[in-house]
Amino acid sequence: MAEPDRAGPWRRFLAAPNESRGKTIAVAFAVSAVCAVLVSVATVTLRPIQAANRAAEEQARIESLVRGIPGMAGLLEQSGGTLGTVVIDLERGRAADGVTPATLEAALADPANWSAIPPAEDLADLGQRPDYAQVFLLRDGGEVSVVLLPIAGTGYNGRIDAVLALGADMTTIAGLSITRQSETPGLGARIEEAAWLSDFPGTRTRDEAGNLRFAVARGAASSVYEVDGITGATRTSNAMTRMIRFWLGPEGYGPFLDAVRRGEF
Amino acid sequence: MARATGLWGTLTAPLLRENPITLQILGLCSALAVTTSMATALTMSVALTVVLTLAAGLISLIRRHIPDTIRLIVQIVIVASLVIVIDQVLQAWFFEISRALSVFVGLITTNCLVLGRTEGFARHNPPLPAMVDAFGNGLGYSLILLVIGALRELFGKGELFGQTILPLADEGGWFTPLSLMLLAPSAFFLLGGLVWAIRSVMTGQAEAPEHVAPRQGEPAE
Repeated sequence: MAEPDRAGPWRRFLAAPNESRGKTIAVAFAVSAVCAVLVSVATVTLRPIQAANRAAEEQARIESLVRGIPGMAGLLEQSGGTLGTVVIDLERGRAADGVTPATLEAALADPANWSAIPPAEDLADLGQRPDYAQVFLLRDGGEVSVVLLPIAGTGYNGRIDAVLALGADMTTIAGLSITRQSETPGLGARIEEAAWLSDFPGTRTRDEAGNLRFAVARGAASSVYEVDGITGATRTSNAMTRMIRFWLGPEGYGPFLDAVRRGEF
Repeated sequence: MARATGLWGTLTAPLLRENPITLQILGLCSALAVTTSMATALTMSVALTVVLTLAAGLISLIRRHIPDTIRLIVQIVIVASLVIVIDQVLQAWFFEISRALSVFVGLITTNCLVLGRTEGFARHNPPLPAMVDAFGNGLGYSLILLVIGALRELFGKGELFGQTILPLADEGGWFTPLSLMLLAPSAFFLLGGLVWAIRSVMTGQAEAPEHVAPRQGEPAE
C-alpha cells in the first residue's frame, strides 16, 4: 500500500512498522477520534427526535392515567389543551425538588416524607399526609385551565379517595371523581353516582374574600358554595365537606393553589 | 472460508452451510432474547447485519495498519461506536421497537459473531469480500432469528408481525397458545431442533462425538 521511496510524513507514517510504539499510539488515537466524532454527531443530531419521542410517551402515559379516572376524560375533552403532570411540595406549594412522577412512589415509601397533621387541622381525619403529591395540569396556551388534585379522607366506613378538578380561577370546581370508597351501599355509596357528582361542576369553593365556603348541604343546595346533600348519608356528606375543605386549605393544596393563582405554574 | 465460487460463495456460505448460529453456535444470547416476536427479531437482525457489514468494511480498510497488540480493542471500539450510532437511530425513528429490544442492541458490541467475523475474516481480506462475508453472516443470523421468531410468535401468541394468524381460544377461536414459546427455554429447544435438522441433512456439519461410550457398561457401584 505505502511506497516508502516517495517520502512524506503521511506515507512515512503508513509505512512504519505496525508494531512500533509511535504507530500503535497514533492508530489508537486516530481510531478513537474518528469514532468519537461519529458517535457525537449521531447523538447530537438525533437528540431532538429522541426527546420528542420521550415526551410523546410520557404524555401518553399521563393521559392514560387520567383517562383511568372515571368522569375526567370527558372534562379533558371539553377543556382541550395539553395535559402535564408535576409533583408538588405541599408545604411550599412549589414543584418538588428532586422528586419526579417516576420517583414519587419511592419517596412516599420513606416515612420521613410524611407529616403529621395537627388534630385541630385534621378535618379529613387522616392523621398524616404526604409531603409530595402528583397533580395534573391542563394547559391552554400556556395558562393553566384545569388542575386535577388527588384528595383523600375518612368517610363513615373507611377511606375515600377522589380526584378534584378545579377550573382556571382555582376556586370553581370543574368536576369530582371518586376513585375509592367503602360507604354504605345505597346511602353513602351514592357519592359515586354520576347524578350526585354532576352537581359539583360550577360550585364555588371560596367567596370573594377568599374564605373557604364549600359545603355539602343538608338537603338541597342553597348557594353557589353548596352541593345537594345525600339523604340518609349525613356522615358521608359531612366527610366529603371536610375532606374537600381540608385539601383546599393551608394544610392541603392551599399553598399550591395560591402559587397557581399568582401564575407561578 | 470462501472455498465456493468467489463473492457469491462468500455471501451464501454463511446462510446454511456455515451458519454462524447453527454451525458455530455464536451470538446465542441475543438470538434467544429477542425472538419472542417477529418485529423485534427483524429489527435486531437488521441492526446486527448493518453493524457487522459496516464494521467489517471499516476494519478491512485499515487492516494493514492495525497494530497486532491493540487489534482487539481497535475492533471493539469501531464496533461499539457503530452500535451506539445504530442504537441512537433506532431510538429516534423506531422508538417502540428500541424499547422492546432494550439492552440487546447495545449488546451487539459483545456479540461474538461480530468480533468473530471482523477478527477472522475482515482483518485478512479486502473491503469488498469482507463486507460481503459480513453481510452473508448477518443474513445467516437473521434467517435463524426470523425462523425462531416466527415459530415462537405463531405458537406463543397465534400471531405473525402482530397480525392474528391462529385465532385464540379466549377470543372465540380454536387455538390455545403455548405460553412456553414466549419463555427463553423454548428458544433453546427450537434452536436445538434446528441444529439437529440442519446437521441431519448436512451430515458434514455434525461434530465427532467427544466421548465414545464403553461397549459394555457395568454400573460402577
